[in-house]
Amino acid sequence: MPQAHLKVWRGGNDGEYVEYDVEYEEGMVVLDVVHRLQATQAGDLAVRWNCKAGKCGSCSAEINGKPKLQCMCQMGTFEAGETITIAPLKAFPLIRDLVTDVSWNFRVAETMPELKLSPPDADGHRRMHQIDIDREQEFRKCIECFICQDVCHVIRDHPENQSVFAGPRFFTQLANVAMHPLDQNPSSATVAHGFGLDYCNITKCCTEVCPEGIHITDNAIIPLKERRVDEYYDPVKALIRKISGKK
Amino acid sequence: MADIETHEYDVLVIGAGGAGLRAAVESSALGARTGLICKSLLGKAHTVMAEGGIAAAMGNVYSEDNWQVHFRDTMRGGKMLNNWRMAQIHAQEAPDRVKELEEWGALFDRTADGRILQRDFGGHRYARLAHVGDRTGLEMIRTLQQHAVHRGIDVYQECTINRLLKDGDRVSGALGYWRETGRMVLFRAKAVVIATGGLGKVFSITSNSWEGTGDGHSLAMQAGADMIDMEFVQFHPTGMVWPPSVRGILVTEGVRGDGGTLKNTSGERFMFNYIPPMFAAETADTEAEADRWYDDKVNARRTPDLLPRDEVARAINAEVKAGRGTPHGGVFLDIASRRSAEYIKRRLPSMYHQFMQLAGVDITKEPMEVGPTAHYAMGGVRVDAETAASTVPGLYAAGEVAGGMHGSNRLGGNSLSDLVVFGRRAGENAAKYALGLSALPAVDAGEVSERSAAILKPFEGGRENPYTLHRELQDCMHVNVGIIRTESEMKQALAKIDDLRERLANVQVEGNIQYNPGWHLALDMEHMLHVAEAITRAAIERQESRGGHTRDDFPGTSGDFGKVNVVVRLRPSGMGVTQEPLPVMPDELKKLFEE
Repeated sequence: MPQAHLKVWRGGNDGEYVEYDVEYEEGMVVLDVVHRLQATQAGDLAVRWNCKAGKCGSCSAEINGKPKLQCMCQMGTFEAGETITIAPLKAFPLIRDLVTDVSWNFRVAETMPELKLSPPDADGHRRMHQIDIDREQEFRKCIECFICQDVCHVIRDHPENQSVFAGPRFFTQLANVAMHPLDQNPSSATVAHGFGLDYCNITKCCTEVCPEGIHITDNAIIPLKERRVDEYYDPVKALIRKISGKK
Repeated sequence: MADIETHEYDVLVIGAGGAGLRAAVESSALGARTGLICKSLLGKAHTVMAEGGIAAAMGNVYSEDNWQVHFRDTMRGGKMLNNWRMAQIHAQEAPDRVKELEEWGALFDRTADGRILQRDFGGHRYARLAHVGDRTGLEMIRTLQQHAVHRGIDVYQECTINRLLKDGDRVSGALGYWRETGRMVLFRAKAVVIATGGLGKVFSITSNSWEGTGDGHSLAMQAGADMIDMEFVQFHPTGMVWPPSVRGILVTEGVRGDGGTLKNTSGERFMFNYIPPMFAAETADTEAEADRWYDDKVNARRTPDLLPRDEVARAINAEVKAGRGTPHGGVFLDIASRRSAEYIKRRLPSMYHQFMQLAGVDITKEPMEVGPTAHYAMGGVRVDAETAASTVPGLYAAGEVAGGMHGSNRLGGNSLSDLVVFGRRAGENAAKYALGLSALPAVDAGEVSERSAAILKPFEGGRENPYTLHRELQDCMHVNVGIIRTESEMKQALAKIDDLRERLANVQVEGNIQYNPGWHLALDMEHMLHVAEAITRAAIERQESRGGHTRDDFPGTSGDFGKVNVVVRLRPSGMGVTQEPLPVMPDELKKLFEE
């Protein structure tokens, strides 16, 4: 049986990398090896996971420096004898081992605008055409692994921005509201107002790491930015807002 | 008790999957102060894994569909052991619950005229499952989650409930611990809704995540609630079988609904050899007719690939036993040779992704290898069909943890609809009950401190590894109380469960109380042992084969057992099993089965 050589972060902020050798079998993913490590050498190793099939977004970690889902990272992608370094997500406060405090994301979620749909047709059905919801369905593939939030340099390098910047995961949620064919919120610009969209300078780091392949930058962030320029920075509308005192 | 973090609610909902979220939303809407507890982060519950869709007779694809047909399909799928009233309420209310999800933001796939599209699934006469590709559960949980966080519900994430508390006969709260800090937390509540999902982790090959340890089943049993139908465990016919690390992960029935077919190693579509008499009249007996059915449901009968799950799982098991299985112990599921690559990727994006990344198999070019995996518990807390109330005052149950709705076998797609139909009813009735009580029921301080000490006991020093105990239980249950059962093997399982219980008293966990999975597993083991015992005792009692319970020593169905539920009760003296008559279906509904 081949051996994996792991370097795993143990402990809190004052912790350290600990090296382990763990046997593994063909077809295993990193999460399997971490589970075997847990069952045989480190019973208290903290790691989040649920579905083990890339659907729940719980087991995010930085593997050899790249944020990934541990359950979708095949052992076969590493060279024989290569040291595999597994670290917790860097952008969030560390709890212990591979588990971080991602509660900020849930606080942002509470500030998201809600959809306000137009009433159904007389027969009780709402009608939307597939072509009009394809893009929103793409956003709704999000599994909330928060890897995009982890790599976004607006917060990774400047945690202080967390108070004014919702982050890529939530820009897709805003875009979903803004682009929903039946939504009756005043305008997509006001829907996306106040979430720090302007801080994003479209480096596409979020898109590159998204395990669901969501085109976060091209399909959510850029169209939202464009709509905001068109609607929110329209000089006449800006004047009306100033007079009426609305945001 | 003064030093324990304490919260007070009208309604406490344990579990934040589809049923728990829907219950909390309803309870909160009625003005009850509502707390919602999840063992994981919010939005990660097992509902997120549901793939195929949510069954509701909306009639968008076939206008012939209505609640009576859905009700009939559900009862026949459950081999008539379902609580008829639950099956009726479910069929009647599911369409409204689907429209409500749409109102709250769910974006289901559309028909050509813009309504909600519905897909074919096993055991459903008409295309009935509202869906979003093959990620319907994700859509549902995200919609409910985003709706719930704006409703003033307090959410306790990564918090595990270890015991329900009672004041006399009635429920008075729950004691648990924060996974992050390991500190105890006490919830005082007038009513409690259990929505904890399933128990697949009792078996070694399962589609369930680590959370599926049967906590709610065990909590309710320990609180004195009646449990029914515990012998019925659904082995989903198509789980992945290779590579070993993903063994058990689900392959949606949607693959077959969209044209995939099961084959053995000689390339034979073997399901034609396994059509039971009950379904013969409506099942195609030639490949040509089965293939025509996908496009013409009026003149052709449905493919046997879409027989109810229990039938398909047994057929696969028999093919593998007869030596016609794949080298990895499964059979082939082929859609590559039957549908275009573009169609497969559009209809089944997650399956394409899952096989490509986890098994290196391109399902648009090669067949998948699949085999049965422990998937769903039909049995659970005995509830009142109208109110979701258990037999313990103040305790409600909804979703997988509740029993009765699905009888001896659940149809695919009926789970997501069950969650929202009965989640809503549980939340509504728990809130009404709670708002009718003037004061919080009492909590026994002595019981709380005694239990708190017991929760910390695994740190005190023994020698058993919790991971090893868990593995032994899973292997034992899989071999002895799995798809095919006999009395002698199940008696061995009971002996093993006793042995494991003794060894669990001597468990040792390393490290400290902060986010310690070994410790959490040691505590979950107690629940799993209760659940394993309940399944085994009920399975010994039912001396027949029906739905998700197949006895090698009693291979046929029995008329007598078709009239009873097996009821399990946990009492201080031990676990008791009785047979009790099923609720009797009124004559006007019986007529639906006479054609």
